[in-house]
Amino acid sequence: MPEPVTADERSVRRRDARDKVTGHAMYAVDSTMANMAHAVVVRSDRAHARITNVDRQDAQAAPGVLGVLISDDLEGIRKRFGHIIPDHPILAVDKVRYYGEPVALVVAETLHEASDAADLVWAEYEDLPPLMTAADALASDVLIHEESYREPGEGFLDVVPTGSGNIAHEGELSWGDVDAAMATAATVVENSTRFPLVYGFAMETYNAVADWQPGDLHVISTAQHPVMVRKDLAKIFSLPLSRVRVEVPFIGGGYGSKSYTKLEPLASVGSWCVGRPVKVTTDIEAAINTTRADGAFTTVRTGFDDQARIVARDISIQFDTGAYADNSPLVLTKSINRAFGPYRVPNLRVRGVAVYTNTSPASSYRGFGAPQGSLAAELNLDIAAAQLGIDPVELRRRNLVGPGEVLIAGKRPLDGDLAADLDAVVAALDEHQRADEPGLRRARGVALSASDAGASPISTAHVRMHADGSVTLLTSSTEMGQGSRTALAQIVARELGVELSSVAVGQSDTLFTPFEWTTGASRTTTLVGLAIQAACDDLWNTLRARAAETAGCDVDEVTARDGLIHAAGKTAQPAEVIRAWFGGDAGEFVGVGVTRREGATAVLPPFWELGVVGVEVAVNVATGEVTVEHLVVVGDVGHAINPGLVKGQDLGAATQGLGIALWEELLYEGEQLTNPNLVEYRVPRFRDMPRRISSVIAERGDGAGPYGAKGGGEGALNPVPAAIAAAVGRAVGVWPEELPLTPARVWALLQTADRS
Amino acid sequence: MRTTAAELLRDQLKLTGTKVSCELQVCGACTILVNDAPVSSCCMLACDLDGTTVLTVEGVANGRELHPLQEAFVETNALQCGFCTPGFIMMTLGLFAACPAPDAAKVREWLDGNLCRCTGYQPIETAVLLAAERLQDGTARA
Repeated sequence: MPEPVTADERSVRRRDARDKVTGHAMYAVDSTMANMAHAVVVRSDRAHARITNVDRQDAQAAPGVLGVLISDDLEGIRKRFGHIIPDHPILAVDKVRYYGEPVALVVAETLHEASDAADLVWAEYEDLPPLMTAADALASDVLIHEESYREPGEGFLDVVPTGSGNIAHEGELSWGDVDAAMATAATVVENSTRFPLVYGFAMETYNAVADWQPGDLHVISTAQHPVMVRKDLAKIFSLPLSRVRVEVPFIGGGYGSKSYTKLEPLASVGSWCVGRPVKVTTDIEAAINTTRADGAFTTVRTGFDDQARIVARDISIQFDTGAYADNSPLVLTKSINRAFGPYRVPNLRVRGVAVYTNTSPASSYRGFGAPQGSLAAELNLDIAAAQLGIDPVELRRRNLVGPGEVLIAGKRPLDGDLAADLDAVVAALDEHQRADEPGLRRARGVALSASDAGASPISTAHVRMHADGSVTLLTSSTEMGQGSRTALAQIVARELGVELSSVAVGQSDTLFTPFEWTTGASRTTTLVGLAIQAACDDLWNTLRARAAETAGCDVDEVTARDGLIHAAGKTAQPAEVIRAWFGGDAGEFVGVGVTRREGATAVLPPFWELGVVGVEVAVNVATGEVTVEHLVVVGDVGHAINPGLVKGQDLGAATQGLGIALWEELLYEGEQLTNPNLVEYRVPRFRDMPRRISSVIAERGDGAGPYGAKGGGEGALNPVPAAIAAAVGRAVGVWPEELPLTPARVWALLQTADRS
Repeated sequence: MRTTAAELLRDQLKLTGTKVSCELQVCGACTILVNDAPVSSCCMLACDLDGTTVLTVEGVANGRELHPLQEAFVETNALQCGFCTPGFIMMTLGLFAACPAPDAAKVREWLDGNLCRCTGYQPIETAVLLAAERLQDGTARA
């Protein structure tokens, strides 16, 4: 098969598309097991309280009920989990820390019976002071977590918890002398922003079905990282990794929100309790109460010299992390690394703190801390540009880090060309610029980000070639819509010179598929791709060695070329080598490949994920309504294995960024959420689509992955909230300090502008 | 009595192509056609289906042959995770029944009650317009 060259040839159709348009595709929520029971979670109706009693007699006596479980019943299994800080109880232990926290689990024959009986569980509480904001929690002597949960030897994710009091984690990234540099700066610009509490809203909400049998646990769930979930479950039940099977079918949207362990322990203890498979699902409110994203209050000070060059940046980030840490310590660490942007900053100080509050627990969401910091830091450059009388694009150009330059000492030099990407954005915006009209003010915003993405470079791929030359790829990376099943198959076909249609992909079933770190941080195409290339090399070596055995020659005399094996003057198809070696129409060879911290991925991050976006907005001065007239995204991905999929990721990511910028915000009133549903929590709708969309892919072969590829899928979200805030600020005449920019908020900004 | 149409389809008839998400009639994932009209199956009681004709996503293709609308979704990458896709397919069939030749504005208006979190909607608009065009000019038959 010739190497696919043009973008059209590489943009092959998704291999899961047919199953998804016919309703044939199976998701975890569609999964059942024989003799399966259903469980419903009884949730706390207060934010912070000691549990004094749980009366479950009525519930236990209700029709169809098989068991009602509270934490006291979890004898002999670990009651808490958490991959960084094991602070998260499966069922509340002694106290509840947020409204909606799981307190009891009712298992019954049917969902309706479980649901009815759940209403008959009577929990009694002694209220504690609710700490609903990060500021409240920092100021209070009341502790949300009285225990420290420090357990030696976790060593997970290179993040060592450093918190005390109501602080889950603290971090700092500094160099130079920020105070001295600020003192000599010609201009210092300071601003603060509040990044809202948002919810990833994957349309398939969290769910899991678990089957515990003595010595074995089998779980089917919506987990993005099945191998990580396996580890948590093994620890909870003291099982060997090999005896915990986590299977993940198609995932109905992830966006980071399904990273790490969620409902799997609940379903598993339910099954452990009744000895039958048990399924647990969530409605939207329960899903929000399972995981949201970290809210943030960020302050940025930037000093400039008289040439508008940055001399120092001083940034503080305060996360509202909610009741449990989940992945927030790592999100904070990344937020710190990503906040100052892809600029030359000779003196830097970024300090971050993740604060426990009595709200729904926060964790990963697409962009992973980048949007929280860049909102304030990018807007800061727009404010500075206005103050210095310079075009905001020119101000950025003057300070950009160039290809091969180091952003953070010891990390991989920049593997992209931001100046060229920025030119592409400006050119697209210029081409379609529209003027103001009566009642409509138009303005643009441009923003950038650079993320140390890819996470840990640990991947394993198995490539099995069958006796007819067809191939099965096994990987534990999950398919949640990004198209990995398609793109990874394309890499296999290209490496082995086989038809794409002869490649099957087996994904994310830990009983069969090999180790994979995670499916997140935009890492799959790059890192699983490298493991696949290594597995294919291994397969070629096996083919050569065994062709040599069959031919009775030295392996050095055997070559692999153009998808064929040349040995002892003869040319053979790989399939012929397999059949000859086994002696019949039988057998298969397996290539094993790994990615680890060596070679192309010796230096971290495996790649920088870049975000370069531009928007033109129109603000209706009578209503405050913001319309996105033009959205420009550049996918700086090195090489697009499948350009169609890359563009899909970029538009999807940018649209989620628009949601955060313009509509999405979880609102607490007192102890509980006022909008835990999709009527009042508004996500982007069809009519919100930007009037014009320009999607550009920059391919310069500068990534560490296959054929020069590097990751995408988050970069196009990261700078969007900042770009929208800058554009709206410019149109209105007042710089925003909080998102989302709802019509009410924009209208208020307009009134402020009129008064001043 | 309290069984919803979606529960009947998914849990009892094992037709899991119909998806449930918001449970409030605002996301469109659970859309089915009841007597040719789009309905949110998550908020309709199963008993009210008595005597009606129901079409779910499983019945859209003609055996092995995809409906032109499904074919257009496949061709234009109008899906990613695919969880919203059955709802979009059913709602669009409702659109084609009411308005066989919609323009882009009509498509946006009609599909505003269906949420998609992955695609940013543009590819779905492209797919719907492509299918409408093919059905109209006779290059494809439903």
